[in-house]
Amino acid sequence: MGHKAKVTLIDERGLRHDGRRFDELRPISMQIGVLANASGSALVEYGRTKVLAAVYGPREPSQKFMVLPDRAILRVRYHMAPFSTSERKNPAPSRREIELSKVIREALEDIVLSSEYPRTVIDIFIEVLQADGGTRVAGVTAASLALADAGVPMKGLVAGVAVGKVGGVLLLDVDEIEDSMGEADMPVAGAPDLGLVTLFQLNGVLSEEEVERGFSMAWKAIEKIVAMEKEVLRKKFEAAGEEV
Amino acid sequence: MSVTPFKLPVVPHIRRQAYISLYEKGLRADGRGIHEPRSIDVKTGVLEKAEGSAHVSLGSTQVLVGVKIEVAQPFRDAPDQGVLVVHAENVPLASPIFEPGPPDENAIELARVVDRSLREVKAVDLESLVIRVGEKVWNLWIDIYVLDHDGNLFDASMLATMAALATTKIPDYEETEVGEILVRREGASKPLKINHKVVTVTIAKIADFLIVDPTFEEEVIADYRLVLSFDENLRIVGAQKTGEGGMKVEELKEAIRIGKNTALTYFKILNQKLAQGV
Repeated sequence: MGHKAKVTLIDERGLRHDGRRFDELRPISMQIGVLANASGSALVEYGRTKVLAAVYGPREPSQKFMVLPDRAILRVRYHMAPFSTSERKNPAPSRREIELSKVIREALEDIVLSSEYPRTVIDIFIEVLQADGGTRVAGVTAASLALADAGVPMKGLVAGVAVGKVGGVLLLDVDEIEDSMGEADMPVAGAPDLGLVTLFQLNGVLSEEEVERGFSMAWKAIEKIVAMEKEVLRKKFEAAGEEV
Repeated sequence: MSVTPFKLPVVPHIRRQAYISLYEKGLRADGRGIHEPRSIDVKTGVLEKAEGSAHVSLGSTQVLVGVKIEVAQPFRDAPDQGVLVVHAENVPLASPIFEPGPPDENAIELARVVDRSLREVKAVDLESLVIRVGEKVWNLWIDIYVLDHDGNLFDASMLATMAALATTKIPDYEETEVGEILVRREGASKPLKINHKVVTVTIAKIADFLIVDPTFEEEVIADYRLVLSFDENLRIVGAQKTGEGGMKVEELKEAIRIGKNTALTYFKILNQKLAQGV
């Protein structure tokens, strides 16, 4: 990271190294139905972060014992492609990826209406194609879109964003440079229509007031990102309606 | 790959309503209040071959932590710092739900939450662990061994880790003519330098209640748990929501308030035990 130390993170006009204000998201793009084989899929970009998600199912579990009598089981894999980082990432699952697969699964469990599909499994595969900060939260957004694209019933849509503290300032949607030089990183995801926070982590040091202020920043942004998800889904279903 | 747990016991779910009826009276099944942790026992120096160790009981949950110190190469991007590694084992003798094998996602999450809570606030002075800059440093291996699982492994593991670190001794060493480091574990030693003490407070949401220090049964019926890490100045030095349920937006503030109070209780007990030199 040494060569990045010269970047000015906040300039005299209060702008970040890429020209954003402290509470501004990166340009976000969303596409759904990008994979032919999957039941549902989505490609989500937060600036240079690029994440692909695919949903398979509800379907029969590959191992017969892996079922619950009253609901579908979720299986989630968050994985980084070897070419997604500056130095090649070993494709074997790291401890970080194992933990993030768990917290992303838990970000979706309370949202998916899994009781509609007892004794089945819903697989959610998330591949980080390009990592520039915020990959787990972009992964949650992509998973939410892929589930909706697959037609899996959900209580609401989920989205995620990370707030960082960099040079003493809270910044929305931190990228890799900001995160690597920051004092704290707080990924948040949830379903604003339900008022439910489904992913919440803090890596770093914040005061109580900063946690609350950072959370409010994240929540406002999550509302915006969910509105974008709805727009993308509405367009797809409107187009499908016209074809009929 | 993370899979929805499908082998957890069902009995706690049958007792769920009984638990909730107690919470409505401000009580728990074991007689304590909803914001009251179980009794805590801390013993340090319980292992002779480890440079630091502690055994913590939190109710009937038991965690053993051993700190081993070895000579290692520093990371290339941190040539002037020692190395800190946290590893957790959910040993199969500790619970019918634990299986032999490599650490699963729960053990990995436990280790990583403890690791982050120590690392980000610089709880351990890693700069004091340098033998020769860029070449030889001390590697601190913190191994968390869960011995008996009755819930709240996070708080018990963090207390045991802190107690073990606070009593860890860095061994003496000799440098040979070719620059090799010979560790003298039997000889004199100096205490490990601690910058900050850290505790975690686990709060579980069950029905409409936020309760402190959940037992295993309470964890099974909880919607979610929020693990909040605090240093002695009550700064928040880490957080992790764990479990399948969503957290209502307004619950975060309430959980922080409860967490701060419990952190004070934990620090009081930890400092007392360490002062007694147990």
